[in-house]
Amino acid sequence: MTGPDPLLVPAAPLAGDVDVPGAAAAAGEERAARTLTRSPWRRPLAVIGLVVIAAWVLIAVFAPALAPYDPLAQVAPKLLEPSAEHLFGTDNLGRDVLSRVLYGSRLSVPLALLLVVLATVVGTVLGAVAGYFGRWVDGGIMRLTDLVFAFPGIILAMAVTAALGAGLRNAVLALVIVTWPSYARVVRGLVLSTRESDHIQASRLLGASALRTLAVDVRPTVLGPVLVLSALDVGNAVLLLSGLSFLGLGARPPAPEWGAMVSAGAAVFDSWWVGLFPGLAILTVVLAFNFLGDTLRDALDPRTARALRG
Amino acid sequence: MSFLLTQAVPGDPVTANLGQRASEDPDAVAAFRAANGLDKSLPEQYLTYVGNLLTGDFGTSQQTRNPVASDLAEKVPATMELALAAILVAVVLGVGFGIVAALYRDRWPDQVLRVLSLSGVSVPTFWLALIAYYWISFKLDLLPAGGRLSPGAPTPPQVTGFYTVDSLLAGDWATFGDAVSRLVLPALVLASFTVGVLLRFTRAAVLEVLGDEYVRAARAKGLPELTVVRRHVLRPALLSVVTVTGVAFAGLLSGTVLVEQIFGWRGLGAYAYTSALALDLPAIMGVSVVVAVIYILINLVVDLLYGVIDPRLRLS
Amino acid sequence: MTAPLLEVSGLRVRLPSRTGAMLPAVDGVDLTVHAGEVLGVAGESGSGKTMTALATLGLLPHGARTDGSIRLAGRELLTLSDKQLRSVRGREVAMVAQDPRTALHPMLSIERQLTEHLRHHHGVGRKAARDEAADLLDQVRIPDPRAALARYPHEFSGGMRQRIAIASALAARPSLLIADEPTTALDVTVQAGILRLLDRLRRERGLAVLIITHDLGVLSSIADRLVVMYAGRVVESGTTADVLASARHPYTHGLLDALPEGGSAAMRPIPGSPPALGAVPSGCPFHPRCASARDTCAADVPALLQIAPGRLSACPVDPYAPVREVVS
Repeated sequence: MTGPDPLLVPAAPLAGDVDVPGAAAAAGEERAARTLTRSPWRRPLAVIGLVVIAAWVLIAVFAPALAPYDPLAQVAPKLLEPSAEHLFGTDNLGRDVLSRVLYGSRLSVPLALLLVVLATVVGTVLGAVAGYFGRWVDGGIMRLTDLVFAFPGIILAMAVTAALGAGLRNAVLALVIVTWPSYARVVRGLVLSTRESDHIQASRLLGASALRTLAVDVRPTVLGPVLVLSALDVGNAVLLLSGLSFLGLGARPPAPEWGAMVSAGAAVFDSWWVGLFPGLAILTVVLAFNFLGDTLRDALDPRTARALRG
Repeated sequence: MSFLLTQAVPGDPVTANLGQRASEDPDAVAAFRAANGLDKSLPEQYLTYVGNLLTGDFGTSQQTRNPVASDLAEKVPATMELALAAILVAVVLGVGFGIVAALYRDRWPDQVLRVLSLSGVSVPTFWLALIAYYWISFKLDLLPAGGRLSPGAPTPPQVTGFYTVDSLLAGDWATFGDAVSRLVLPALVLASFTVGVLLRFTRAAVLEVLGDEYVRAARAKGLPELTVVRRHVLRPALLSVVTVTGVAFAGLLSGTVLVEQIFGWRGLGAYAYTSALALDLPAIMGVSVVVAVIYILINLVVDLLYGVIDPRLRLS
Repeated sequence: MTAPLLEVSGLRVRLPSRTGAMLPAVDGVDLTVHAGEVLGVAGESGSGKTMTALATLGLLPHGARTDGSIRLAGRELLTLSDKQLRSVRGREVAMVAQDPRTALHPMLSIERQLTEHLRHHHGVGRKAARDEAADLLDQVRIPDPRAALARYPHEFSGGMRQRIAIASALAARPSLLIADEPTTALDVTVQAGILRLLDRLRRERGLAVLIITHDLGVLSSIADRLVVMYAGRVVESGTTADVLASARHPYTHGLLDALPEGGSAAMRPIPGSPPALGAVPSGCPFHPRCASARDTCAADVPALLQIAPGRLSACPVDPYAPVREVVS
């Protein structure tokens, strides 16, 4: 039950390359580059994803200028329906929902990126060390990943956050603990497969240090797949973080965090606008990242695809 | 393993359960530790725990003050009923749509289903639950939701703990209808992510098999496309889909933590949540053990299905 | 001579590349097969021989485009609807694929694979189909055919599986059998058995056989006529005896020299590799690899000319002199 995220399994390659090996090989080589650079307009989903992400980045940067009200201040009566003054209505404390949603982008998106970067770094380093040194180092690190995989992700994250104390910082830490093993496994596999290759053996024979071999000779093979893996993971990170906040384990009030806002919306169930809009914000961000990730996955060259398959 | 991890958690269960003020009172702390066996050494605690596990004793929940085993006995069927309904929905929709997407590769049904699949894995479950509850159940009154049965309705005599099955066994059609109609919405919401996963995966699996030589051989025999797909493509494709379904079911259990919150489903997810918040170690441990057992059962079912699907894997 | 059973003329197949451009895989191929005749099509992988066969069955990969004409017993196949084509497949044209390990469905019983199209095309009942299937297995020399029906492909050896695949192809009584590298994956002794089997079926049933292979040695023992393909075009054709005895095209020589027992310079592979799809050189596509190439070879595509009755060659380098001398 510890395989890679099924979402990461790439689509089957084009079928029917019988008798045309030249074409298949040539096409495979440059396919990734070509798909990403030459024909962006033939991939509408990627374009939509890019535009939406760009829009959210702009919103995050210019939130103070864009938001009509202070996201933390009580600016109107409680639970006003959406109107001209308050496009998304007001929440249970009389705060402007639109302003809070706009400001929310300053929390969710950067934190999700941070989470992915941390998980990638931790997972890559531990995976590389495990794959390169093997033996008990490998055994130890892999048992650790088994341990994490043995728990349902969110339950472990909940327990860790609860133990460390609720808060966004601890939520990110907890999710790093839950997510690094998948990177470690992929990287370990890649390192194992490159370690035996001739040029690595040669450079080891020439006396290159382990660190140097890892950094110079192994890195190129590992980098591509890992970057793709993390790119695919951003959307999921947004979902996980907002999920923890929804459960009251992430953002602390009054922070305008989308998951926490949906949770507030659930409490004032009848005022649908309180929960609807922050949820839509999450949906658009995650969908945009997944649109991009999907295109990226299709553009993968077969070797990377195989590596991600685990 | 789980035991060590929960011990390593830096939070102090004493503080979490007695509150800040009480934990400053040394007598209360000592009493609490003694009552929960926390005053003994770690290996001792571990042995006691494993010994008790084997006799079906998970200890006492510090939250509910009930034996964890009896809490679990009550919660597990609720969650399993929900999760099994959801995986059923997910398999029917995900695999069905995935086949359609593969057969219409690159044409419009495929494009539409691709967006559907991506939406499924992008939508926050807890939000979808809220929206579905509000619009479908509350505003439009299409389906009841909230709890497993109408408020005040008597629970059917317990056999399996699944209200749908138990009410059927009791021949109680009204309760059966009630239980099913309240199961539909949370199951659909819980399935949304898994539908996306299975759709994308089935599509890939079917496309891969479609490129296999034996499929071309079947086509070369002039069989109708439907027969080719049904008889020659589906079976090998399902082999890998079964594995993913197993993994997806595990993920679905995680989803219950969020969905049960909204729908007032008093199951394992909600129990895990309250236990985690309170650092109720025996309860967390109990949940982990149950989930581990469920994982093992899933693997068993997956292996059995392998044998059914693929004659090469059958024991001779 | 009677009208040919299969008549392919001016066949062009183009395959989509990943960028969407259409690349020619088969570029103007003509060939004919008569009933009871074995035609061998030779060439390295990438020469377009498999695509030619798949076009005949209407089973080209996703997105392929076809021009020209393929007539089976006088009927044009390229304009048939999917449904009409399906009734041709299996019933009139059958195919035996390259690798017996992958050509049979791993999860279906032998009986099912042998009888499903028989029942579909000819409406034969289950019992009668089983009898016929057992009879077929007997014909391809599978011991204890009745018991074999209930078993699965993985329980048989490679040679047995290829026999079963042939039986399966023959089940719906086709008049043309297309065999794509039918012996490549097999041992030499097993190979000989399969070839004898095909030869016997041709004699007993009047079956027309189109064998595709890169191995001229396989064809020499069974084919009546040979067609040599390179980069999607026919470069030489004629009766097997003529082509083997006096090959005119340098590429045919190359294939012969690559054989284990091919004349004086045994097992000398052709240098270089065939061009990739979409990267076919100008002029004679073979000129970059050809030992006797001249400056003019890179300029014009040489025409396929008749050099003797029933003999065609697409090499203009003194086609009437024995090319062997030019090579050596």
